[in-house]
Amino acid sequence: MQTLGVYIHIPFCVRKCVYCDFLSAPATRETQRLYVEALKKEIRENAGLYTEYTVETIFFGGGTPSLLKGGHIKDILSTLKIYYKVSQNAEITLEANPKTTDLKKLCALRAAGINRLSIGLQSADDRELKILGRIHTYEDFLQTYGDARAAGFGNINVDLISALPSQTLESWINTLEKAVSLTPPPEHISAYSLIVEEGTPLYEHLEQFPPIPDEETERQMYYETKRILERHGYERYEISNYAKQGCESRHNRIYWQRGISHTHDYVGFGLGASSTVGNSRWKNTSDMSLYLSNSANIKEDQQTLSENDLMEEFVFLGLRMTAGISAAEFHRTFQKNIEDIYREPIEKWVSQGLLARDGDIIRLTDKGLDFSNTVFADFIL
Amino acid sequence: MSQIPQTHIRNFCIVAHIDHGKSTLADRIIEKTGLLTSREMQEQVLDNMDLERERGITIKAQAVRTVYKAQDGNEYIFNLIDTPGHVDFNYEVSRALAACDGAILVVDAAQGIEAQTLANVYLALDHDLDVFPVINKIDLPSARPDWVKNEIEDVIGIEAQDAPLISAKNGVGIEEVLEAIVHKIPAPGGNPSNPLQALIFDSVYDSYKGVIVFCRIMEGRVAKGTKIKMLATGATAEVVEVGYFGAGQLIPCEELSAGMVGYLTASIKNVKDTTVGDTVTDADRPCASPLPGYKKVQSMVYCGLYPADGAKYPDLRDALEKLQLNDASLFYEPETSVALGFGFRCGFLGLLHLEIIQERLEREYNLDLVTTAPGVVYRVYKTSGEMIELTNPSNLPDPSEIAYMEEPIVNAEIMVTTEFIGSIMELCQERRGRYVSMEYVEETRAVLKYELPLNEIIYDFFDALKSRSRGYASFDYDLKGYEKSELVKLDILINKEEVDALSFIVHKESAYERGRKMCEKLKDEIPRHLFEIPIQAAVGGKVIARETVKAMRKDVLAKCYGGDITRKKKLLEKQKEGKKRMRQIGNVEIPQKAFMAVLKLDNE
Repeated sequence: MQTLGVYIHIPFCVRKCVYCDFLSAPATRETQRLYVEALKKEIRENAGLYTEYTVETIFFGGGTPSLLKGGHIKDILSTLKIYYKVSQNAEITLEANPKTTDLKKLCALRAAGINRLSIGLQSADDRELKILGRIHTYEDFLQTYGDARAAGFGNINVDLISALPSQTLESWINTLEKAVSLTPPPEHISAYSLIVEEGTPLYEHLEQFPPIPDEETERQMYYETKRILERHGYERYEISNYAKQGCESRHNRIYWQRGISHTHDYVGFGLGASSTVGNSRWKNTSDMSLYLSNSANIKEDQQTLSENDLMEEFVFLGLRMTAGISAAEFHRTFQKNIEDIYREPIEKWVSQGLLARDGDIIRLTDKGLDFSNTVFADFIL
Repeated sequence: MSQIPQTHIRNFCIVAHIDHGKSTLADRIIEKTGLLTSREMQEQVLDNMDLERERGITIKAQAVRTVYKAQDGNEYIFNLIDTPGHVDFNYEVSRALAACDGAILVVDAAQGIEAQTLANVYLALDHDLDVFPVINKIDLPSARPDWVKNEIEDVIGIEAQDAPLISAKNGVGIEEVLEAIVHKIPAPGGNPSNPLQALIFDSVYDSYKGVIVFCRIMEGRVAKGTKIKMLATGATAEVVEVGYFGAGQLIPCEELSAGMVGYLTASIKNVKDTTVGDTVTDADRPCASPLPGYKKVQSMVYCGLYPADGAKYPDLRDALEKLQLNDASLFYEPETSVALGFGFRCGFLGLLHLEIIQERLEREYNLDLVTTAPGVVYRVYKTSGEMIELTNPSNLPDPSEIAYMEEPIVNAEIMVTTEFIGSIMELCQERRGRYVSMEYVEETRAVLKYELPLNEIIYDFFDALKSRSRGYASFDYDLKGYEKSELVKLDILINKEEVDALSFIVHKESAYERGRKMCEKLKDEIPRHLFEIPIQAAVGGKVIARETVKAMRKDVLAKCYGGDITRKKKLLEKQKEGKKRMRQIGNVEIPQKAFMAVLKLDNE
């Protein structure tokens, strides 16, 4: 029996944030209802492909999945559980944004089987939140966080973003301190550095926003993140992800940890969702009307991954994890020595101190984490 | 065609300043003489290289033969040989003229005579061609045909009162031009029974036919089976095919005889056997002496051309060899650079010529090139008494061995309307120009004469001239000679290592300014590395300018993308692709375009 991660995309939000380049937009209740119907259809119609799989993780991402009615989420989950073999102890995560839930809804979600919540806080500074176009304040977040705990969520991630327009080192440290001082503190913290993506309002009108911290400050924020979070018992297990012992996101690891002894097949349902199963990869249509009219047949960009593709991804996804990659695992997966394929970049970056080699394990050093793209580019065959 | 007598052949070309409508007139002549209907006519038939069409200029001399039924009832063969208009291509003009008996001078009815009008007319007169003027673009609201007629008579001294007034664009007055060709251009001379004497004025390489030789038959005749001999190279071959030029194609015929323009093929594989300007004769019955040929122009501008991918060196060599066949003014010889590996030092007529060759190599031969800073030929007189001609700055001897150096100086003629005289003089002064004279050709226009160092005009003088005169100034130059000058070699050090491909020779006074700008430019071109990179400009080991490329602080894009790995991967592939296009100097990766930075120093 193979294992499978399921990603479910909910492309709706109350209002688009200025930095967001994900597939998401405001929509009417009716569109949301139709979308859930289409989603259920897609899940049902594709079930035949995964009879040999056990679903180990489910992730509702967005957009703002918590915007959907609790009943919709329950509906989708029931469909999955009817048509797929979902493991008893599956990790089932839902992304939630403050001001889109209340205690009642959170209780319903918990009852429906959601056992992990990922709450988008981004910043504990109301002024920064406003600049980002977030619809909530820090106070609103506290409400949601408290409600989530009251509803029985014992595994919560808090999303934070550094290097925001107008942000200072002090305000970022303040955000981090507030996050770790929550009671009880979150089990998991994602701390990304802002990427100004093309096509976003932030990118198009950058000059109209308060300045983004300079590179020097941005780096300090990044180092403070690690320092503060580690001091509070979080371990950095990926470039931007920190967790208390044993609370790493199992779903994330499916994306990053490739190889024969790891679960790494995942299927994405919903608008624009990506899937990788075995050596085949595809993406769903991003056209909402197309998706609504026939969600059972909306795969695009289908490609078969070559062995080179798989080896490259084994390395550049695996190295995102601080645990690094295992040469033995590489050999088990590809029947090839990693040195035969990648001797040159490994030696080059080990000698320059961006990679470390501890016997079987190759991992990015702290410095290497800062320059991961430089290192990864050399592993493209 | 052979029944048309020699007296009914007209071999001519069209000369003009750039943009005065030479190619358009050529198209109309071809169209009107019935070779092509206007429907079949693609714009500017003669400009058959893609590059020429895109840039709207004629680079290569091209030939076409048409038949015209004149008003006197006779049929005439017109051999029209197109010539380039740009100052860089005087050499091409010269070879085209050698094949002609007369020339049509096209002058823009609004702009009148420009610098290259003069230069090209003088070239034509030098070749003893009969020149008659045509005034084009009379449809323009600003056209002043009578004024232009007077100007032609005053400035050039040729009869212009009955010059056809035409609009080549709209097809107005073309008939008149055709009649003028019949009456004003002489029939070719030469006797078909004399020994063969033919001038090679161009050649192209064809992978099936071998070298195709374009020639003008001066004396005698040539046909399939004639055993020919090239007088200069001594090469012999048997003619496989002779013919003439259709529009964009070669049309075989029985024979070519005295007065005709056409081509011959003889399975000549070695391109070096057919040098342009050489005389072809009959091996069994040779002519007494070679034709005078024509003045071979020296390369004015040199630069290094290197394949971006070192493995493509042989491809570059083959491409240059083939291009040279088409373009005898291209010079090249192998050289090596520490920074760039194996490549060629190439000589060009000017910067436009350089750009065009570079683009043709990239487009027609699919090569990715790195070009080093262009320079001129300096004369280095050593203390030992020896003189060397320096085309590559890296070969400059140790300063202790140098007695003095000389640089090429040109006589420049700039034609400009009076309102811009001040700013143009200022420009010439900035470029170390020496004022010679100023002559008014009419009340509002003058010819400024300056002596200018060639190395001051090869980069961007033309652009500067245009921008300071709002496009009105025109410019022509020829080499005056060499003069002693205070020259130094400017070296560029990247991360403390001298990069030979970035060195250039510069006047002592400009060294600091150039060095500073060069460092600034390179700072922008070189990506940040994991470490700090000093960029220094030095003269004789002494650093005169410095910039620093700061160390990169991070290169990380950690984002989830909900499992959308494709995006992340595209990014890494792009990054890797970018690296491939870099040159490794020590620990530093330098992008190819940084080597061309010196070209753009004055554009800010």
